Amino acid sequence: MIGLAHYLVASALLFAIGLFGVLTRRNAVAILMGIELMLNAANVNFVAFTKYVSPELVRGHVAALVIITLAACEAAVGLALVISAYRHLETVHVDEINLMRW
Amino acid sequence: MTEAAAFYILTGTVLGAALVVVLSRNIVHAAVSLIPVLLGVAGYYVLLGAEFVAAIQILIYAGAITVLILFVILLTEGATGLRVRQRNEQVPLGIIGSGALVFLLITLLTRAPWPPAATPLPTYNPGAVGQSFLTAYVLAFEVTSLVIVACLVGAIVIARREE
Repeated sequence: MIGLAHYLVASALLFAIGLFGVLTRRNAVAILMGIELMLNAANVNFVAFTKYVSPELVRGHVAALVIITLAACEAAVGLALVISAYRHLETVHVDEINLMRW
Repeated sequence: MTEAAAFYILTGTVLGAALVVVLSRNIVHAAVSLIPVLLGVAGYYVLLGAEFVAAIQILIYAGAITVLILFVILLTEGATGLRVRQRNEQVPLGIIGSGALVFLLITLLTRAPWPPAATPLPTYNPGAVGQSFLTAYVLAFEVTSLVIVACLVGAIVIARREE
């Protein structure tokens, strides 16, 4: 029998994998992919809580849809920034983009 | 029984492909293996009775965001070669940090006494979601559309080539 705890554990593992990617990647596009993994893990939690804890007004589905929309926005702006940085600095590695380091 | 089998198959797919996303040396492989992760999460939504969210997930995430990421990888090809070092020197820190986080999350979330649902999930989801969006959460709905406009304008301005 699959319950709430199964989904919570699976999404905690997915979130940790995404966090590892964000912490260890040098490529800005790969960091964005890690952020997408973490957003997906949060969404799984919202939808699981909607089914097992609080189905009124399907709140979790609303939150998940808003998060998916904002993730698309975040990807668009983030990738535009990556393209702009590549055009000016010839690199997309975040440890080499240090123009503003003192 | 079939629900349990489906859950474990989906979990294996999602976590395995997510490991490829963060560990692969080839950035294109990482971007392509994002697709099974997103489709597996859509499978979770179907299992949880959220078919509408699953459809939106496939349309926006697996359809649009993955293509966008692949395009940016192609446009920045000078920095994505196989001989370029893809990981920084924080790998031990990352393992410790994410391991500690997953331990903390699992301990907290599985021990917390969640109250069981008082009412069952409404069977026709898209209608309920639309009702909820246009009554109780209309402010969130409108603010989201404002954010989308700001994002699109901002993305065009940032990525535009300056004359």
